[in-house]
Amino acid sequence: MAVLDIITYPDARLKQVAEEVTSFDSALSEFIHNLDETMVAGPGGVGIAATQVGVMQRIVIVDVSNYPRIKKAKHHGHLILINPEILDWQGMKKGREGCMSVPDFTGNVIRAENIVISALDENGNQHEYEMEGFEARAVQHEIDHLDGLLFLDRLVSRRNDLFKRKK
Amino acid sequence: MSESKRKWYMVTLIGKDRKSIVSHVTAALYEGGGNLGETSMMRLGGTFSIMMMVEFPGRKKELQDALSTVTDSMDLHLHIDQIDAKLHEHKIPDVRISVYGADRAGIVSKVTTVLAEAGLNILDLESDVAGDKEKPLYIMHIEGEATEGVKALESALQIVKEEDGVDAELVEIDTLIG
Repeated sequence: MAVLDIITYPDARLKQVAEEVTSFDSALSEFIHNLDETMVAGPGGVGIAATQVGVMQRIVIVDVSNYPRIKKAKHHGHLILINPEILDWQGMKKGREGCMSVPDFTGNVIRAENIVISALDENGNQHEYEMEGFEARAVQHEIDHLDGLLFLDRLVSRRNDLFKRKK
Repeated sequence: MSESKRKWYMVTLIGKDRKSIVSHVTAALYEGGGNLGETSMMRLGGTFSIMMMVEFPGRKKELQDALSTVTDSMDLHLHIDQIDAKLHEHKIPDVRISVYGADRAGIVSKVTTVLAEAGLNILDLESDVAGDKEKPLYIMHIEGEATEGVKALESALQIVKEEDGVDAELVEIDTLIG
């Protein structure tokens, strides 16, 4: 087990698309353990993508269960998402995001409120998850990393978004 | 140069809005040896306003001289203060408050006073007047820190809503660090 080094922008790897995972072996599970430890050691602790430690594979870990005020909300706890895909989404909501790979900056980003995703677990078994709110935001932020996108690519100006439409 | 040795100035420039103010001002600073930190620039009414943290090795007078050609040619009013400032010390807001309603005198003062008493530390405020001349609409958007908790701010907003007939909404900000 080891805490890996987080790479920070402008490292070019953060703007590259990651490769699909094809072999589910002991090397993968060791990497996932290290990635998990890195996530927990970081300032956010709710999500991490493999590309943030310079490994260009489609692997994401999300765990919002320890985030204050989210604890009681509906979520899936600790999730290992390999080759994740967003199948469906609904609603849009503005929220504030920062990133371990972009220190000392936070900004507002619009994300889908509800998403349905499919992903493989560390043994290669496929699962489907329906998620909402903060957990859905975290997963979208991390999947973006696999496609070479940072939250900086999705920043919105609050000036143009003074009125939130009521549902 | 180490962060603590850097000399920062707050440079404010205001003038009638016209093309290329930003590019001319920043070029003059760059050529004069200045370095930009955090800035805010926007059109308010027909006036363009610029506030910039500028790192500059020389004295205030020298910074003024570096900008004099552009302030003269673009008719900009310049104000410079040396400030005690640092980069990389952003505070993260934990509440976002929107207030809007029919425009009337004193609304910003009323809202910000009750919120300040309830512990709000404003990090960012923008307000605007929409609607039309006959029915102006006031819109204010604040991001800040709830130093005495969110409940105190919600109670304060309730008072403003009842006494002043405005709409107000407070949203707690859950910042995702991913």
